[in-house]
Amino acid sequence: MAKLVIEGWIEVSLVYVVIGFFPLFLSRNFRVLFLIFLMRLESHLSSKAFIGFHYNLPPVLALALSSFWMEFLDANLELKEIQKLQGHTDRVWSIAWNPATAAADVPTVLASCSGDKTVRIWEQSPSTRSWDCKAVLEETHTRTVRSCAWSPSGKLLATASFDATTAIWENVGADFECVSTLEGHENEVKCVSWNASGSLLATCGRDKTVWIWEVMPGNEFECIQVLQGHTQDVKMVRWHPTMDILFSCSYDNTVKVWWSEDDDGDWSCVQTLGESSGHSSTVWSLDFNAKGDNLVTCSDDLTLKIWEADITRMQSGDGYAPWNHLCTLSGYHDRTIFSVHWSREGIIASGAADDAVRLFVQSKDGPMNEPSYRLLLKKEKAHDMDINSVQWCPGEKRILASASDDGTIKVWELATLC
Amino acid sequence: MTLGLINANPVVHAKKERVAQQLSVLSEESITVDEKLGRILITFTPTIQHCSMATVIGLCLRVKLKECFPPHFKVDIKVAPGSHADEESVNKLLNDKERVAAALENPNLRQLVDECLYSNEL
Repeated sequence: MAKLVIEGWIEVSLVYVVIGFFPLFLSRNFRVLFLIFLMRLESHLSSKAFIGFHYNLPPVLALALSSFWMEFLDANLELKEIQKLQGHTDRVWSIAWNPATAAADVPTVLASCSGDKTVRIWEQSPSTRSWDCKAVLEETHTRTVRSCAWSPSGKLLATASFDATTAIWENVGADFECVSTLEGHENEVKCVSWNASGSLLATCGRDKTVWIWEVMPGNEFECIQVLQGHTQDVKMVRWHPTMDILFSCSYDNTVKVWWSEDDDGDWSCVQTLGESSGHSSTVWSLDFNAKGDNLVTCSDDLTLKIWEADITRMQSGDGYAPWNHLCTLSGYHDRTIFSVHWSREGIIASGAADDAVRLFVQSKDGPMNEPSYRLLLKKEKAHDMDINSVQWCPGEKRILASASDDGTIKVWELATLC
Repeated sequence: MTLGLINANPVVHAKKERVAQQLSVLSEESITVDEKLGRILITFTPTIQHCSMATVIGLCLRVKLKECFPPHFKVDIKVAPGSHADEESVNKLLNDKERVAAALENPNLRQLVDECLYSNEL
């Protein structure tokens, strides 16, 4: 009699163990529902007056297995603070990783610019693995330095300032030397960006214009065109990662796309993202995914918007392919989103005025033809004050840097909770 | 001239709640302070619909509040609804911290703000 009971118990257990593997085949939302179902089943069985506890064990096993898979699959990730870089005496507006240094065994270098009118260069020490301030670029800008950008080769650093100039710095030995100053904007310059090949530079400012500069030999820069079109303060400019197409974000709630058909041709605004399905307040920043066929914009209207374009058509020389709105991520932020950055792996990081960093990934649970994004993790109180900039490190590891009004820069690692 | 400006200044409804320190620029104001979250919402009423000093007054408020509250407090400044012709654009400007920072770096504007705030205390 006991033998039969034990055999029956083993069979039942096996069934439940198999059930415990189900989550592996389910999508995320269904895994949660399945877990709830199992919990209900288990409590139902344990409330019945069965002989002994061993009738409850199989469902408990299934529950344990399911939970284990969920932890494993949904990889409990956390944003771990690696280091806090202090030194600036005013808010840090922007940060930029040197693209050349993220490769191989070269120690990573980070540039930061601040309201204290200086730019600081931080380098990771190969021995201690911590970032130290290698240089302070001062006595050049006479007002807030708002933005900094490394050239693709990593040899030059461009800094844009409220003093209406853009300075170009070159790494000479252990120091940085200002080799050129670009003048022309009527008032505050808000952003600077290099194109993918490093042959062009773009700047924008409160004077509502976007300037395109050509990089000449001998660190000479020549303005090739002044683009008018925005009706308000232009907050940010960024070149497309693979093609010479320029994007600008503005206080007028739009993003403008600038393109030149021929090499020597005139640049003009070929598209304005904003009329319909666009943002309803200042657009602060934008970034592209690794492939360059998707674009994410962030705004004062508390949303992130994803756009897409047929890049392959453009790359094959078939003329301009317009950007179309894909989806809007709303309800996740309750204060202005100042910065957004897309990692090579496809994780979108956002930095907002509520002191939090949020990470988003594409969700596979949306309806077939509509891509959707879900919140992967929210790091509350990442800083004590507004976050102005978030930038993924271009290397292999999942390293993220954030800059804040509290005057500090934090370096984070996206790691799995042990 | 600036002293006269202060006297002709925004005077508002007396909905005063939990103010940490008295502001000397305005005589009465509408302020909501959430100490737990560290947020402040302040609404002021310009005396006339087309008040050209609305943005300056807003700037003065920001500077004063920055002095009175810890740095992590977040301040939102708005004109009282319906009290100004360019209500939306003034609100947008006053809450754009980049524009505010750039404005306060302008020596002329900074001097005006300082005069508005401090000459009244003499």
